[in-house]
Amino acid sequence: MKYLPHTPSDLEEMLRVIGVQSLDELYAEVPEELKLKRELNIPAAMSEIEVRRELHALAGQNRQLCVFAGAGAYDHYTPAVIPYIASRSEFSTSYTPYQAEISQGTLQYIFEYQTMMARLTGMDVSNASMYDGSTATAEAMMMCVAAAKKRNRVIISETCLPAILDVVRTYAKFHGVDLVELPAAEGRTDRAALDRLLEADDVAGVIVAQPNRFGVVEDFTGLADNCHSHKALLVINTVASALGVLKSPGEWGADIACGDAQSLGIPLSYGGPYIGYLCTTNALIRKMPGRLVGQTTDADGNRCFVLTMQAREQHIRREKATSNICTAQGFMCLYVAAYLSLMGAEGLRQVNDHSYAAAHHLCDRLLATGKFELRYPELPFLCEFTLRYKESEGVAALRDRLSDAGFLLGVPVAEHPDEIIIAATEQRTPEEIERLIQSLS
Amino acid sequence: MNNTCYGKLIFELSKPGRRGYSLPENPWTAYSTSQLPEGVRRQTAAQLPEVDEMAVVRHYTNMSNNNFGVDTGFYPLGSCTMKYNPKINEELANLPGFTALHPAQDERTVQGALALYDKVQRTLSEIAGLSEFTLNPYAGAHGELTGLMVIRSYHLSRGDHQRVKIIVPDSAHGTNPASAAVCGLQIVEVKSTPQGTVDLASLREVLGDDIAGMMMTNPNTLGIFETQIPEIAALVHECGGLMYYDGANLNPMLGVCRPGDMGFDVMHINLHKTFSTPHGGGGPGSGPVGVRKGLEKFLPNPRVRRDEDGTYHLEHTDTALGAVSAFLGNFGIIVRAYCYLLSMGREYIPMAGKLSVLNANYIKERLKEYYNLPIEGLCKHEFVFDGLRPEYGGDHHDPGHVTTLDVAKRLLDYGYHAPTIYFPLLFHESMMIEPTESETKETLDAFIDTMKRIAIEAKEQPELLHTAPHHTPIRRPDDVKAVKAAKFVF
Amino acid sequence: MAKVIEGLYYSESHEYVRVEGNIGYVGITDFAQDQLGNVVYVDMPEVDDEVTAGEDFGAVESVKAASDLISPVSGTVVEINEALEEQPELINQDAFANWIIKVELADPEELKGLMDAATYETHCK
Repeated sequence: MKYLPHTPSDLEEMLRVIGVQSLDELYAEVPEELKLKRELNIPAAMSEIEVRRELHALAGQNRQLCVFAGAGAYDHYTPAVIPYIASRSEFSTSYTPYQAEISQGTLQYIFEYQTMMARLTGMDVSNASMYDGSTATAEAMMMCVAAAKKRNRVIISETCLPAILDVVRTYAKFHGVDLVELPAAEGRTDRAALDRLLEADDVAGVIVAQPNRFGVVEDFTGLADNCHSHKALLVINTVASALGVLKSPGEWGADIACGDAQSLGIPLSYGGPYIGYLCTTNALIRKMPGRLVGQTTDADGNRCFVLTMQAREQHIRREKATSNICTAQGFMCLYVAAYLSLMGAEGLRQVNDHSYAAAHHLCDRLLATGKFELRYPELPFLCEFTLRYKESEGVAALRDRLSDAGFLLGVPVAEHPDEIIIAATEQRTPEEIERLIQSLS
Repeated sequence: MNNTCYGKLIFELSKPGRRGYSLPENPWTAYSTSQLPEGVRRQTAAQLPEVDEMAVVRHYTNMSNNNFGVDTGFYPLGSCTMKYNPKINEELANLPGFTALHPAQDERTVQGALALYDKVQRTLSEIAGLSEFTLNPYAGAHGELTGLMVIRSYHLSRGDHQRVKIIVPDSAHGTNPASAAVCGLQIVEVKSTPQGTVDLASLREVLGDDIAGMMMTNPNTLGIFETQIPEIAALVHECGGLMYYDGANLNPMLGVCRPGDMGFDVMHINLHKTFSTPHGGGGPGSGPVGVRKGLEKFLPNPRVRRDEDGTYHLEHTDTALGAVSAFLGNFGIIVRAYCYLLSMGREYIPMAGKLSVLNANYIKERLKEYYNLPIEGLCKHEFVFDGLRPEYGGDHHDPGHVTTLDVAKRLLDYGYHAPTIYFPLLFHESMMIEPTESETKETLDAFIDTMKRIAIEAKEQPELLHTAPHHTPIRRPDDVKAVKAAKFVF
Repeated sequence: MAKVIEGLYYSESHEYVRVEGNIGYVGITDFAQDQLGNVVYVDMPEVDDEVTAGEDFGAVESVKAASDLISPVSGTVVEINEALEEQPELINQDAFANWIIKVELADPEELKGLMDAATYETHCK
């Protein structure tokens, strides 16, 4: 077996050194009744050719669709350089960079990632450890409670993605956070209801989304001041790519910026691996979960990077830790750092501009068919928008039909069966949009 | 990997006007983000690098030369199972038939992906001796948290609201108590015996109707198999608690002794340890969670279900503990693990475990004259030395003695990764070594010779070790300055 | 050998109290700072916060460890040692001179439950 290098003579000599007769004798102390006395009932070993055949067959049972949907996962382009760099196994096969002397590659790209994310979000500092946007938001919620000490209530606007709400709700239930879900008000955060809730002066944090679940770009003017005047922290969840053109959480006055950074060069991959981001202010740094890389110097006085502020973390704080995160989402940080290096601010602006144009053109074309109406016509959107499907067929049947024609058209709105949330990115072409329109009828 | 000539950050290569991207012309010029209301638009562009494509490639390629990985050298890193990461797995995980799938695609269009998920789930269930796995958790710690949520959901479903305490041995990974705390459980620590195993008397003292369960790993963090596991499980079950198995140390048990058969009810597996997916500098990993029969309904949404006709669908239920991931976990990692499971199959999965135990015992036997072995006897996949022996510079009473940190740093000079050091906390100079089954006898022999040479250096030239490493891209970093200078962005 | 000072009260978790009138100066012992190594951060309560004997009132952090500060006495925080915010290493230089909080004692009787210098010295061995 090519992954197991032991020859019969190796076995013989090693067993002799250890002083046992057989491999089985290495388990002499394991009670007999616990041992599995039969072969595992799993498939037999396959050669590489057979493995390849099996995986190609499975991949072939999936259909690659032309993606006109978002809902937390966006079909942006991944430049060729990124998988090329990512294929360097010095990066991919390394461990968490505890041994800084032989891990400067990982540490440096994480430091670069942190810098880029802090700049993009307008915050002071970024960690490098979140699994995805939903768990990053749950961590932000727990961080609010940890920072507030005596408050245990967090408000989350239902303008956040349902998938995020599900995860945040789950964490809140078990962590004992009093999570208040604030219903949306016509496609936006219900600011009036929020202000009333804040009046009780018992709220640790407020979580809103930008662009929100419906694709709407919200105006958060005054929101941070309202939260802060009641000593509540403001958390803004944003699709990372959108920060290329939208006012940053830092500019809005947020205390925590979080979300998914899949939109920065990471393939869709049926939902993962992605990377969540969590950025905050210097004031909250000790409440921030996860790994953090800092700059220092080595014994010769040269600049270098290390994992730092570890006293916050689970392996030291144990049950006093505010998070159990061990992951350093290193490899996905590399994707993001390479993507933002290649794109720069101008490239990211162009991606947004192109996606904006594609989405607005698509929206106009769909409205022109007479089968749809824009759900929130007064509100601005970036590259995702909500429509009402007026035909009796219903959204579910429509999506099925278009799926057969090779399109992923939007995601349904669970509570409104006639609504659909559609997205477009810079990868969509005029031809694809025309084919989509033709497939409608 | 000595690459000290290159030390720039990408920001230091930036020059206004350079670009590293090429995008198509926007065909819809009537539209522009400048049409968004001014108040919601970014006022100042983020200061991101402006570099050409080759600069990016050269930058990251040079950085990779400053990195150690399984592909560059031996990683005797205890509790981390740094086995070989097969390349076919990488190639197949990158098939467009997997990477181009959007998580919102309807089930009919992703039958291959769902079938793969289900096959991995079933294979892990058989390997673990449990009923069903969810592959949704993103990492080991995330699996722990999910598993504990299953345990709490089980008790809550029975109206057992008072079960809010979880038992954790003092030798456990720090993540165990941290996960329990995040899950809203109180931690009850039980002491270890001098042999490093769970002390049954201490365990009996804490059992009661407030106990939700107990977290253990077996073999434990010392690499010792807890032979009293049937009694431990029986005691915890008798008081109404459930047994949680931390899969960090599953590798040596593969095909020999299954967690389900040991009496565990819930467990997580680290696909990035036991099933060969790359560690990626700390992530992404994958932490599937398995449960005994009767607990399946608590597994998180969504679950992949197979229908009578062999098709698959996603299921969301109200009995589930909720959701722990936006979609179906780290699917790309699950694909890699599937490739490994197929390549190894029922013939070689058990061999991996046995050979990992062989390799660990071989190193232990050949080095125990040089390093303190606090616990004699057979170890499993890993073992712990408590620093150098006194005659090799390890005498604690000597203020100039050579520490485990010194030995670890000197190993870097010789081209090895360091073992896990100062864990477990039961000893002062812990040095935890796990070679995995991937390594040849020649690699182990060379490592053993190096460890011996370091022991002799420690005796004869201790200063050489105190100041190690000497030949790595950087020297020992100033950790204090890193915290106090608090520079986390360029 | 870690320094121990006569006349102070000591807790098992290595905090000390120096009493002047009804005010207690609370800090960590020389033994504690030695065990922690380079102190890089001290998390302190705010003035007017209540502290309770046996409960944590903050934390002290070194590069590779973090330790909760357990109050040996109950009372109201009347002052915090602001110098530690900028220079936490003062604790390493002289742990007894650099107290962490000043507490107005609610119950001086609690002091009887603490150790004297000689007992504490034995406790550290």
